Amino acid sequence: MTDVTMTVNGKPVTRSVRGNTLMTEFLREELRLTGTHVGCDTSQCGACVIHVNGADVKACTMFAAEAEGAEVTTIEGMANADGSLNVIQQAFQDHHGLQCGFCTPGMVMTAAALLRDNPRPTEHEIRDYLEGNICRCTGYHNIVKAIMAASGQDVSAIAAE
Amino acid sequence: MPKDHGIGASPKRREDVRFLTGAGQYTDDINVYGQTYVHFLRSDVAHGRINSVNTEVASAMPGVVRIFTGADFDGIGGLPCGWQVTDKHGEPMKEPAHPVLAQGKVRHVGDPIAAVVAESLEEARNAAEAIEVDIEELPAAVNMKAALAEGAPKVHDDLSDNLCYDWQFGSDQADVDAAFEKAAHVTTLELVNNRLVANPMEPRVALGDYSRANDESTLYTTSQNPHVIRLLMGAFVLGIPEHKLRVVAPDVGGGFGTKIFHYAEEAFCTFAARQINRPVKWTSTRSEAFMSDAHGRDHVTKIELALDAENNFIGLRTDTLANMGAYLSTFSSSVPTWLHGTLMAGNYKTPAIQVNVKAVFTNTVPVDAYRGAGRPEATFQLERLVDKAARELGVDPIALRRQNFITSFPYETPVAVAYDTGDYVATMDKLEEMIDRAGFDARRKESEAKGKLRGLGINCYIEACGIAPSNLVGQLGARAGLYDAATVRVNATGSISVMVGAHSHGQGHETAFPQVVAEMLGIDESMIDIVHGDSSKIPFGMGTYGSRSLAVCGSAMVRATEKIINKAKKIAGHLLEASEADIELKDGQFTVAGTDKSVAWGDVTLAAYVPHNYPLEDIEPGLEETAFYDPSNFTYPAGAYACEVELDPETGKVTIERFAAADDFGNVVNPMIVEGQVHGGLAQGIGQALLETCSYDEDGQLLSASYMDYAMPRADDVPFYAVDHSCATPCTHNPLGVKGCGEAGAIGSPPAVVNAVIDALHSGGHTQVTHIDMPVSPGRVWAAMHG
Repeated sequence: MTDVTMTVNGKPVTRSVRGNTLMTEFLREELRLTGTHVGCDTSQCGACVIHVNGADVKACTMFAAEAEGAEVTTIEGMANADGSLNVIQQAFQDHHGLQCGFCTPGMVMTAAALLRDNPRPTEHEIRDYLEGNICRCTGYHNIVKAIMAASGQDVSAIAAE
Repeated sequence: MPKDHGIGASPKRREDVRFLTGAGQYTDDINVYGQTYVHFLRSDVAHGRINSVNTEVASAMPGVVRIFTGADFDGIGGLPCGWQVTDKHGEPMKEPAHPVLAQGKVRHVGDPIAAVVAESLEEARNAAEAIEVDIEELPAAVNMKAALAEGAPKVHDDLSDNLCYDWQFGSDQADVDAAFEKAAHVTTLELVNNRLVANPMEPRVALGDYSRANDESTLYTTSQNPHVIRLLMGAFVLGIPEHKLRVVAPDVGGGFGTKIFHYAEEAFCTFAARQINRPVKWTSTRSEAFMSDAHGRDHVTKIELALDAENNFIGLRTDTLANMGAYLSTFSSSVPTWLHGTLMAGNYKTPAIQVNVKAVFTNTVPVDAYRGAGRPEATFQLERLVDKAARELGVDPIALRRQNFITSFPYETPVAVAYDTGDYVATMDKLEEMIDRAGFDARRKESEAKGKLRGLGINCYIEACGIAPSNLVGQLGARAGLYDAATVRVNATGSISVMVGAHSHGQGHETAFPQVVAEMLGIDESMIDIVHGDSSKIPFGMGTYGSRSLAVCGSAMVRATEKIINKAKKIAGHLLEASEADIELKDGQFTVAGTDKSVAWGDVTLAAYVPHNYPLEDIEPGLEETAFYDPSNFTYPAGAYACEVELDPETGKVTIERFAAADDFGNVVNPMIVEGQVHGGLAQGIGQALLETCSYDEDGQLLSASYMDYAMPRADDVPFYAVDHSCATPCTHNPLGVKGCGEAGAIGSPPAVVNAVIDALHSGGHTQVTHIDMPVSPGRVWAAMHG
């Protein structure tokens, strides 16, 4: 067991973990932050995307011990300070960018990373960036639309609301 | 001006806030004090005799609480099948035992042999590796044709062969034969409907808990229908009466059919929790999901269409092999029969139709309903066949369809169903407008200028939803009634909880259902909450599948709300000193007709619970009503779909450039949610057409057991879709006039894609290509072009 200290959603946490404890297990089981989801075993689905020191990371691909000293943000840390949905979350709700909600945390975290680096992505750039996130419900239409809307683009010409 | 509330409006989904902030409560998010973890040791061979399972060393390993094997389930029921199909000789289908843990033999890769319950998952997994299993591997029956051949390995030793049933259905033999004898043209097509895996993003989870204090079991599970699980598991497997068994399906991360069924892991966790008197939790890995979730589709079909000299469809004959896998999953037997054969008329007035289906046991994972369930298989055959016929006859594929459309309703098909309403001409007109057919030639030229081929594929579909009239399905072999139930509980202050038997796992019931009740009562939607997914909180329910939630459970909710209104009018009449017949309810106010005397909704609800001034001699206090609704017919959503593809002749890669869907769902309660349902269905259909397939090798080894091997559609595989539901012919027999929208996209899209690919190839001179099986991968396209 090793002690690991990190900041999660702005709060410092220290826990004793085994060397093979995955970040997903650490968040879900130790911290009870169950918004980070596990949808596959092969780092394909993206339901577990979190931000570590500002980078979007699949939490199933890193050990908790690797996050020593890191600034970690999960879906639970994404809302505005007053608890209201942030601009990306709000766009997902406004444009029906989620159905069952299971892939949604990963989608929001990935979208946030994209928009930070590319504030007005094209449809093609969004679809390309979502390569690592699988959604089985929405057919991606409204996810892509929501991300375009969150970046301030006019989506009214895109079919269907 | 679109409505901003009530029926026809698109309020934002209220469930979204918890999902967007990580506050959803999925089954794996639930932990119970003192819980243990189970790991299943699964067969890694397709077929084998279990000589011995030695758990002695494993049982002594750290953290192990107990190890279970098939022997622990002696005398306990197997997993039941919910539909008895009768074959063409009047014999019942063969129904082999399906033990919770394998007994004697393993019959597919993933069949559970032993279950290790331990203090931690890691300890359970470690101990499972120490179990000594001696399995004598046997030759496997994998390919359906081979499985039916003389001398094939038998999946079940106690059955005479691997044929589950040989089913025939439709018109009289003589009528079908006569149609083909007098046909001016017969088009024949052989095709495969590829085996798929539903792949909801949330893997299945089961958490069994037991209270010795009151002898009650609770199962938390990822289910589309908790009451169905309670019924099947309680009555047929474990012998626990309903009042001692609670089944909870909290937030569920997608289902698509595969979370309808009662699975071994659910029964195991409930059983084991009683045995060890501690909670037992199982969380599927994705690889486990591939080898234990019921698969979908997997039909091999020959279909023939007879046309007269004027190109009228005069006869249709199909011959299908349907894979059941190694055991009969809950509704497996109904999918290739009653959910498939009854749809073979499609949108056309073909007078003579015969459907033949042989269901086959193989050493593969059980196959059952997946989004569309039988109807995608019917639609794909028929719409590929009609397209092929049009090409053979040199006629326009849209014109050929239009010529043969059913145009007057109600319409009794030769395959037992009666379409109540529809307008196939209208949806086709709308589709042609949506796809800019006139501009297609120019777009094709643009593609050709880039060295690409461009194709346009269109097709129609019809489906039967809202399953179903209980007396009818009972005659057809269903071992359950297929009504649904709702309780409307009005509280003293006028707020409402509606307990519904439907289960929402992405469909947005928590938003859409209150729109209906709010419209009926004229009160704000925010006063109404939906409660679902817990057998201890709702009266009963058959759950969500077959696009039935609003059509069946929504109708129950309407009926219960009508009862509420009737009673509330009695109370209002008393308060207003008027006859209840004169009371009108509008905008949350009860008014005496023709006067300005009124009482508000809240005054009436308060009076019901504080009955100081109340007609106690006539009615009881309180305001809560339950209704069960049993539909009198199926609903028949229908539509026309178009796909435009660009095909790279250098590589065979197909890209979807445009996709349009014109659907008739009848009345629509929440257009935003309906469109989202269509989008998702389209992506699954496009996935089936271009990307997805579940593969076994000849030994029955599962080759596609992860997202590295099974190609799920991703954001860059699909376009923006154009969807429309304006051509609405309301359902004539349910109170909302709704038909269901959940499966249409997955049913209607695969033939459009393949038709488009064939069209592209023909435009490039590859006229020898008449069909390519799904998934239409670059390799298959290239081979067809050069083969």
